[in-house]
Amino acid sequence: MKTLRYLDNVVTLTLDASKCVGCAICTEVCPHGVLAMDHRKAQIVDRDGCMECGACAKNCPTEAITVTPGVGCASYIIQTWIKGKEKASCGGSGCC
Amino acid sequence: MNDLLNDLSKHTCGCTLGGAESQDHGPGLEMLPIYRPSIKDEPCCGPPAGPPSNPFERPGYTLCGFVEGFVHTPAGPVPKIKTRLERSDRLGTLSVRLGYGRSNYKVAPGLYAVGQPDHDSPVLVTANYKLSFDHLRASLTEVNAWLLILDTRGINVWCAAGKGSFGTDELVQRVKQTQLDRVVRHRRLILPQLGATGVAGGRVKKECGFEVVWGPIRASDLSAFLSSGLKADGAMRRITFSLTERLVLVPVEITLLRKYLWRTLAAIAVISGIGPSIFSFGAAWQRGLLAVEATLTGIFAGCVLVPALLPWVPGRSFAIKGMLAGGFAGGALAAGLWGTPLLTRWSALALVLLTMALSSFLAMNFTGSTPFTSPSGVEKEMRRYMPVQALAALAAALIWVTSAFIGV
Repeated sequence: MKTLRYLDNVVTLTLDASKCVGCAICTEVCPHGVLAMDHRKAQIVDRDGCMECGACAKNCPTEAITVTPGVGCASYIIQTWIKGKEKASCGGSGCC
Repeated sequence: MNDLLNDLSKHTCGCTLGGAESQDHGPGLEMLPIYRPSIKDEPCCGPPAGPPSNPFERPGYTLCGFVEGFVHTPAGPVPKIKTRLERSDRLGTLSVRLGYGRSNYKVAPGLYAVGQPDHDSPVLVTANYKLSFDHLRASLTEVNAWLLILDTRGINVWCAAGKGSFGTDELVQRVKQTQLDRVVRHRRLILPQLGATGVAGGRVKKECGFEVVWGPIRASDLSAFLSSGLKADGAMRRITFSLTERLVLVPVEITLLRKYLWRTLAAIAVISGIGPSIFSFGAAWQRGLLAVEATLTGIFAGCVLVPALLPWVPGRSFAIKGMLAGGFAGGALAAGLWGTPLLTRWSALALVLLTMALSSFLAMNFTGSTPFTSPSGVEKEMRRYMPVQALAALAAALIWVTSAFIGV
């Protein structure tokens, strides 16, 4: 997705290379090519392409990757402001 | 008995039951021959009789139109589904794409068969949103496979994975509940890549013995993925958001606004009616129509122009893109209406401001439908631009009311 880019310098993605065991699953599940393998270690190659979906962190066997995952959806975020995170829902409110 | 049933069904309704050779009993039960009294097909009164019941039917259940038979497995009968979408499927797709019946458009979770699968055939996992289910089966015309449908409460894979209902626990439970280990010899599940947000592959392996293989993002790449020995190339792993992919989302974005319809019209009528004579119903109607046109223009800019022209509208923030598209569309509207006696300079300014505020907010809402906006980014632009949108809307209302008094 080189033609559609979102805001720069906002994402919460971090990678602790010392914990990486080189399984490369993160590079497989990322839909934006944010991570790539280099000398049997994962590295972040397109940080601003990240949409914080959390697939990489969820599937990392050693928790080398962290990200605050969430729904990138305005009406959902408005609900979290009004009702709090627990009660916010996407269903029927307009997002996804 | 097979012969008897076949014979009966052929004889009485003049059609055969599709697909299911040697499984004409329907699922699970060895039944006694069906008793059919020898009556005429045509009743003596009322409309002609419908077709006789079909051997797959069971009391208390409805046979789904997409089932063409049943496959017998060590874990019991498994419905075999059609890979060709029918009229009713297409109507369903159209309806949910327009935003109607979307919250209850689902199929029963569990195991299904496509083609002629055996104990070595791949197992494909997806959500029980019927649009996802239809999309998947329609792309499997040449494939023999098992489909494991998770209960995502009728939500698509991507959104359900984000919320965890397309998740590790549901997958593990569903594998156990369907006794998948008795149906297939291998221990491999193929999941759509976009499900990785909710499913931890390693945990699935630990908890039910099945290995998770991440399939391609799009169902249309599945047969290539399967025939290449489960290898996905780079393009299969990258999400896209093409013009078509954006445009199919437009109707839903608009029809979801219908819940605000009456409130908006009432507010417009009230604000437009205020004037030198305190309140004029004539003005509420005539000036109200102008405001309705501006509102529709704002919706068009935010919900159609921005999604359609997404890569080309300047700005990274959706709020900015919406503001620009709204300014452009609102300006065009004002220019088009120029010369209308009611449209003074001030009221035109109010309408353009309204269009911009509305378009900006609606465009910002579209972030929820895109596959590339991060929640951190969305929150950042909301904090920055929602006050601007609110001020613009307020200014629009104030100028609109004022313009009724000064009339320049």
